[in-house]
Amino acid sequence: MVADLDPNEGQVSLDGVSRASLPAHLWRRRVPYVAAESGWWAQTVHEHFAPADLERARALSARLGVEAAPFDGPVDRLSTGERQRLALVRAFLLESPALLLDEPTGPLDPVSVDKVEAVLRERLAAGTVIVMVTHDPAQGLRLGATRLRMVDRKLVAEAEA
Amino acid sequence: MISLSPTDLALAALLVLLDAGVSIALRLKLHRQLLWAAARMVVQLIAVGFILRFIFALNNPLATLAIVLVMGAIAAREIAARPVRKFKGLAGLSISGATVALATIVTAGLALTTAIRPHPWYDPRYAVSLTGIILGSVLNSGSLTLDGIVGGVWRERSAIEAQLGLGVEFRIATRPLLREAIRRGLLPIINQMSAAGLITLPGIMTGQIIAGMDPVEAVKYQILLMFLLAGASGVAALSVAELSLRHLTDPRQRLRLDRLT
Repeated sequence: MVADLDPNEGQVSLDGVSRASLPAHLWRRRVPYVAAESGWWAQTVHEHFAPADLERARALSARLGVEAAPFDGPVDRLSTGERQRLALVRAFLLESPALLLDEPTGPLDPVSVDKVEAVLRERLAAGTVIVMVTHDPAQGLRLGATRLRMVDRKLVAEAEA
Repeated sequence: MISLSPTDLALAALLVLLDAGVSIALRLKLHRQLLWAAARMVVQLIAVGFILRFIFALNNPLATLAIVLVMGAIAAREIAARPVRKFKGLAGLSISGATVALATIVTAGLALTTAIRPHPWYDPRYAVSLTGIILGSVLNSGSLTLDGIVGGVWRERSAIEAQLGLGVEFRIATRPLLREAIRRGLLPIINQMSAAGLITLPGIMTGQIIAGMDPVEAVKYQILLMFLLAGASGVAALSVAELSLRHLTDPRQRLRLDRLT
C-alpha cells in the first residue's frame, strides 16, 4: 500500500506529503520498494545504474561484499545473494526518506547479513524510515525495530503474540 | 482461365494431411489446429465466393459497408484472441477494434480517394478486395504486436515492477518492450516487401497475371498495395502497442496484470 504497486484504498503520507499529491513515480522514489525476488531489466549489472551513480554503486556494493568482477559482468552470472545485495544497492542509492524491504536478507549468508544490517543501521541512525518483512525474529531485535508479527493474517504487536 | 475442378483441390489437400502427419510424428500437437484451420479456410472461402458474387451484383454502398464492417469485426476478434493471456472483459476487443478501424480507414481511405478512384467510389469490386488485403496485414502485425506486449509484460513482470518500485515511470520501464513488440509487428511486411518478386510472387500480382493482365500493370498494382500494407501494418502495430500498454497500467502507474486472464 505504501509502495502503491497494487490497487488499494486509503491515504498515506510521508513527512506531510500525501501519496495522492505526487505523481506515482515521484512518490515511489521517496519510498522505494525492494521485492524479495529481485528484478533485472538489462544484460549487464552496471546498466542497471545511472552512469552518474556508478561510483557510489560500486562503493556500496563492495561494502556489501559484491566485488568488482560480478559488478562488471552479466546479470545471469550473479548468485542469488549477489542479486539481492545489488537490488538493495539500487534502492539505497536513491537516498530516500523511507525504504520498503521485503526479506532483504532472505537469501544471504550470515556474513552478508551482518554487512547489510550495518548499512541498514546507518540509514536508521540518519533518520530513514525502514519498513521491512523478515522471517528472522532476531533481525528485528538486532535493528532495534518496532516489531509486528503476522498471526492469522493479522499484524499484532510482538509482545501480544 | 483454367478452371479448377474439385478433384484438383482434393489432390492439393493431401499436402495438408502431410503436414498433419509431420505434426503427429514429431508430437508438435499442431495437427488438430492445422486440420481445423484448413477446414475453416475451405468453408470460409467458398462462402465468401458466393457472398462476393452477390454483393458485386447488388453494387449498393450499404451492402458494401456492411460486408467491410463484418470483415473488420472478424479481424478484431482474431487479433484479440491471439495472445496466450488475454485481457479480461471487452478490453481486448476494444483495443483490436479501434486498431482495425484506424488502420483500415487511414489506408483504404487514402487509396480509394487518391490512387484507385473507382466509379462509383464504393464499387465493391475495389472496396471489398482492398479492405480484405489491408485487414490481412492489420491482423498479422496487430496480433504479433499484441502478443509481444502481453507476453512480454508477463515475462518481464518482475523487471518492470522492480523499476516501478524504484520510482521509474511506467512508460520508461516498458519502453524496451514496446519497441520489441512493434518491431515484431513490422517484420512480416518488411519480409514481404524485400522478398517480393525475388523469392515470392505476391498473390495479387500472380492472380492478375493468371487472369490475363499485363505483368507491368500487375506490378504497379502490387507496388501500390505493398505501400498500403506497410502503412496499415505500421498504424496497427503502433496502435495496438499503445492501447494495450495503456490498459496494462493505471493513473498510479502500476503494472495491472490483474487485467489479464
